[in-house]
Amino acid sequence: MSARSPYAEAYELKGVWASRRYFALRRLAQAAFLLVFLTGPWFGLWIAKGSLSSSRTLDVLPLTDPFVLLQSLFARHWPETTALIGAAIVLGAYLVVGGRTYCSWVCPINPIADLAAAVRRRFDIKQTAKLRPEFRNYFAVGVLVLSFATGTVAWELVNPITALHRALVFGLPFAATGALAIFIFDLLVAKDGWCGHVCPVGAFYGALGRAALVRVSAGGRESCDDCMDCFAVCPEPHVISPALRGGKTGASPIIASGDCTNCGACVDVCPRRVFHFAHRFDLSVAPPRLPADHVIPESSLAKG
Amino acid sequence: MNAPTRNAPANPGRRKAFADLARFGGGAAAAALALGAFERQSQARPAQALRPPGARAEEAFLSACVRCGLCVRDCPYKTLKLADWGDGLAPGTPYYIARDVACEMCDNIPCVKACPTGALDHALVDIGKAKMGVAVITSRETCLNLQGLRCDVCYRVCPAIDKAITLELSHNARTAKHALFEPTIHAEYCTGCGKCEKSCVLTEAAIKVLPIELAALKQDAHYKRGWIEKQKAGGALVDAPVKLPTRTPTGEPVPGIKP
Repeated sequence: MSARSPYAEAYELKGVWASRRYFALRRLAQAAFLLVFLTGPWFGLWIAKGSLSSSRTLDVLPLTDPFVLLQSLFARHWPETTALIGAAIVLGAYLVVGGRTYCSWVCPINPIADLAAAVRRRFDIKQTAKLRPEFRNYFAVGVLVLSFATGTVAWELVNPITALHRALVFGLPFAATGALAIFIFDLLVAKDGWCGHVCPVGAFYGALGRAALVRVSAGGRESCDDCMDCFAVCPEPHVISPALRGGKTGASPIIASGDCTNCGACVDVCPRRVFHFAHRFDLSVAPPRLPADHVIPESSLAKG
Repeated sequence: MNAPTRNAPANPGRRKAFADLARFGGGAAAAALALGAFERQSQARPAQALRPPGARAEEAFLSACVRCGLCVRDCPYKTLKLADWGDGLAPGTPYYIARDVACEMCDNIPCVKACPTGALDHALVDIGKAKMGVAVITSRETCLNLQGLRCDVCYRVCPAIDKAITLELSHNARTAKHALFEPTIHAEYCTGCGKCEKSCVLTEAAIKVLPIELAALKQDAHYKRGWIEKQKAGGALVDAPVKLPTRTPTGEPVPGIKP
């Protein structure tokens, strides 16, 4: 049994671009982050070398995943300056663009998790194991403790993100099995199961995101008609309420939770343009409106 | 009775915080422990898998290597590979199998330079000082030179010829008139590059490079070698041997020996 797409109304009112813009841009970004690593092995044109855990771009720019480096520090290894500089650059970048922006714009697992979520919606799969988003935070701490106890970069033993990236970039077929497992887990066991509840990398970037500059604002919340489409498509639906429903208490319209991945699905899906990208200090709330480009379809008028 | 029931919390928020800590903390601890058991297993490494030049000892290496693959990318001879799941090493760590492709021992050691974390120690600047492993004659029974033939291939290909591998002459007892030219490895000079293993003409190499931990090369600390101790002390550590009387069962003097 298939369910009606939550994007249907946005598509009708805003057109294909405005209702799928951030989705398209994210897929482009994800493809680009993969391609810069692949032009080398494919065409001998080296843009980025290495992989997501640490890389060198155009032979000058070092980038290192700060969570990986943090584990290495917990494992009692003091790294070379290159890795420290690389991690500092990445930390700085995500403090600007939003911590979990990594999750929805860079991470290669994201399209797989998104696909599982989309198939769930399409076939109306409702069953889900009861997991709590907080688990991943505790697990991230557990991973650091484990790194200290075993003296190894603990999460890199199984990390499906870097494993999938290595699988694609270095051609290691078995490293991709974790990604397949995540698809099955997300599809049949728990909704947004991996990224939303387990992944300690996401938890780390989430902690970073609490202080990040670029955030989604529900600045158009006065125009919200409670259609609930944003909750249906959001991978972390609990982040929306405080900003969207904060009108009565005068709460900030900024989605402040570090769990928000800045994926922009709410921006895309909202037919009334409630959400937009803003910075964390932008507290402006627009008055209720029906913008000129909101042509109300006759079908919804007939419903009253 | 109107008194609150014993179970009513005085501070519900705190009770919830403790309950959450137990639930999530417990779950996370269980997951981390399971991962930890797996971690132990990944610290074992197959004997054929050699680490790149400058790699720290396996334990320190696994605390430093972020599995980025930059050393693999900068290896000009495509000697280095990244471990896939199921290869038996910690997944994503670099290694090479000498029998497949040996290390060419580049002068500028690009793999070490590429390492962003120092898992490959940047202190290694002379490739001749690298210790990727050490060659060992693993099969004296099949080595052609030890059969009295003149193969010499391992000796000829060794980048440290006449230092890391020498040919030691001895009598060939089988023919009773020829010589044996035994390939002999001097660990001090052997970098473990694997050229010898790669080039061994036998179907199964008779000379193999073993990881340093496996080959050990460690002298027991408690075993004092007299001649070295003597040198250190600048003289004999014990007095000259005491002359003991020679005795017979009956106490009679032994002819020719002074009692």
